[in-house]
Amino acid sequence: MSDHDELRTPVSLQGLSADDPHLQPAAKNPDLVERVIAVTLLLGVVLVAAFGACYWVNAKPWTLGATMGGGLFFLGVGLIAWGKYLMPRGPFVEERHELATSEEDRNAMAAAIVERGGGIMQRRKMLGGILGAGLGIFGVVAIFPLLRSLGPLPKGTLFSTDWKKGTYLVDITGRRVSVGEMAVGSIVTVYPEGKQNTDRGQAVDQTVLIRISNENFTTQKGRETWGPKGYVAYSKLCTHLGCPVGLYEQELQLLVCPCHQSMFDVTNGAIPQFGPAPRPLPQLPLYVDAAGYLRSQKGFDQPVGPGFWERS
Amino acid sequence: MSSEVINTKRSKKQAAGPYGSVGKAINELDDRLGVAKGGRTFMDKIFPDHWSFMLGEIALYSFVVLLVTGVFLSLYYIPSTALVTYHGSYLPLDGQRVTEAFASTVNLSFAVRAGLLMRQMHHWACDIFVGSIVVHMARVFFTGAFRKPRELNWTIGTTLLILAIANGFLGYSLPDDLVSGTGIRIAYSIILSIPLVGSYLAFWVFGGNFPGTTVIPRFFVLHVLIIPLIIIGLVGAHLFLLVRQKHTQFPGKGRTEKNVVGTPMFPVFMAKTTGFLFVVSGVIALLGAFAQINPIWQFGPYTASRISYAVQPDWYMGFLDGALRIWPSWSFHSFGYTIPFEVFIPAVLLPGLLFNIAYVWPALERKFTNDHALHNLLDRPSDRPKRTAAGVAVLTLLGMLFIASSTDVIANFFRLPLNEVLWAMRILCIVSPFIAYPIAYLICKEVQVVKGGGKRKTANIVTRTSEGEYVATPAPKYADDEHQELDPTPVPTYIIETPEETGTGGVRTAPR
Repeated sequence: MSDHDELRTPVSLQGLSADDPHLQPAAKNPDLVERVIAVTLLLGVVLVAAFGACYWVNAKPWTLGATMGGGLFFLGVGLIAWGKYLMPRGPFVEERHELATSEEDRNAMAAAIVERGGGIMQRRKMLGGILGAGLGIFGVVAIFPLLRSLGPLPKGTLFSTDWKKGTYLVDITGRRVSVGEMAVGSIVTVYPEGKQNTDRGQAVDQTVLIRISNENFTTQKGRETWGPKGYVAYSKLCTHLGCPVGLYEQELQLLVCPCHQSMFDVTNGAIPQFGPAPRPLPQLPLYVDAAGYLRSQKGFDQPVGPGFWERS
Repeated sequence: MSSEVINTKRSKKQAAGPYGSVGKAINELDDRLGVAKGGRTFMDKIFPDHWSFMLGEIALYSFVVLLVTGVFLSLYYIPSTALVTYHGSYLPLDGQRVTEAFASTVNLSFAVRAGLLMRQMHHWACDIFVGSIVVHMARVFFTGAFRKPRELNWTIGTTLLILAIANGFLGYSLPDDLVSGTGIRIAYSIILSIPLVGSYLAFWVFGGNFPGTTVIPRFFVLHVLIIPLIIIGLVGAHLFLLVRQKHTQFPGKGRTEKNVVGTPMFPVFMAKTTGFLFVVSGVIALLGAFAQINPIWQFGPYTASRISYAVQPDWYMGFLDGALRIWPSWSFHSFGYTIPFEVFIPAVLLPGLLFNIAYVWPALERKFTNDHALHNLLDRPSDRPKRTAAGVAVLTLLGMLFIASSTDVIANFFRLPLNEVLWAMRILCIVSPFIAYPIAYLICKEVQVVKGGGKRKTANIVTRTSEGEYVATPAPKYADDEHQELDPTPVPTYIIETPEETGTGGVRTAPR
């Protein structure tokens, strides 16, 4: 016990002898540890080489990752163990040097700024003003191209869709939907004819067409003519964040948005029943033309999709 | 006119010196750059040892992996939304019309040797990067390492977290698959929700109405150039400040506000930290090999009118998604204008508020505790019950929001009505921080009064005296604790291997 204490007595920097405990490896049995580390490192070397071989023969991806990952892992573990067990155990101490400089230095710097710089500005106010104005104006006008060139102004594009009076409803392949072809309880995503392959048609105009019954269906007062032969159409854009309202719960007559679980009552003007959506899905008024095709009476009566400032 | 010339010519014997070619190289370098003194100081730099100090290293090294794998991916990825017909090695997608971004991502996964591994490593490294930043930040917060003089480094670190999350989202968006495209659409709608300027901002970011054709190239430039450059610059500043201000340390024997106790930069810390770089990249490579992540070929290409069910964003976006799910549908309409509070509050104001609290916390704490001292010794979290409890409350809120991002999965898994899960999460998000605060506070207070709390326990040996009295005496310390009890000593000047056969002094000293 006392021998041990002696070895642990603090030593000074000068004349630190080789057997000073601070310089000894932390391991009690360095030879054994060295052998273990050697095996670990060798394992790493073998695996890293195996990575090269796997790459060479174009082996399966998981073998590449397994050999490279395993190799790096064992090399790393060996190196950490080397540092932890076979290098000087310490602990050593280092003084922190105060970061702050002296009062005089601070005053000198402040004086340089205030007296040298401020003196110039006070004597040459006009020049400083002109330069400042130039930089200020440049700062403002530089924003114009940086921001304004990025894209067009929204103008009315957020308010309108491609649904117009008499637009044919077509499916993704561009085929017109006729009145006889859908069974009650079925659903299809429709687009304005000619727009089904455009970005705007896909992202903005997308509409769900559901056949609720065989009779004309009124989803809300004032919409008596909007659902001919039980066909009702709603914008497919969730009014929360614009995800496609892709799930149709036929038994509950709900349209569900898979993103944040807003639910819209199909039979009652798509008023939200649940979730964070604040507004009903806009309904598209339909009619059946003489040839039996479904067409829109007019466009949506309000902007589709999520809310924004200019929306009234 | 003669001026003094400094002649650096050395004789052969001088040039060789006692340290051979190393000494010669240092001579040449020092003549030109004057690096010997600073270099020596740097090699002697002391790093305190504590397991929690390696959390920041995980972040740094996963970032290294991100850079390396990211460069690999950028050689094969094509940032374009032009439509092509896919005819690659993944047959289920054969003949489909997809964007070049999607096709090139599938191709680099299947047709490029090691491509899939690199892509999965990149994704895993990102998740680990953000995660380790969060845990590292919690460590810094709970131990008070952000206090004066280190407030600036806390600010840089918080900015790095924001940039890491932002760049993670941008990178996740680049493959243009069904799931990430839906994420981009949600981002568009969130920008749209900002009052007054939202529609203009959204149009400028997306170059027009969603989806447009410019968003993928723009996200690409942000993801591979602009944000990584800022991150690299800030990481450099973060590490520079760490070296300049020296690392904090926990209190302990021989440790004061005015010193640093630990192991020297060279060789001990260098060996450990390099080994740790290997271990971190090795673990990421193993994850990339065995844990599938983001299989975009299963999701398919993005089509604005299609959607998948029960998909979640990467974990670090979870708290935002959860907040969007549980926030009530309060939209404001008046005077011909709309403020979509149902989006603006949970997706813009809430993260803005949280990050701003993080930014101003050091100043707030300085003001309320009136503590303007320079702190180099760390707090034990239990020593600062109010700060610790506040941090626990915020983390509890974030954890609840994270859980709320899978309300539909929870409802399905436990066969519960979605409505009940939603309301449970709403209540939990509001109530749980207020429960967590007092619990954390009381635990801190309890730990404070436990003698030797936070240290390794040693057994008490209870003996019975002849009078029948029981006396408890502490057992001897654990053997491997003993080296901690050594008094710290300054770094020896040189450490060289002892030649085994001579057994004479392996340590040479020189005056500093």
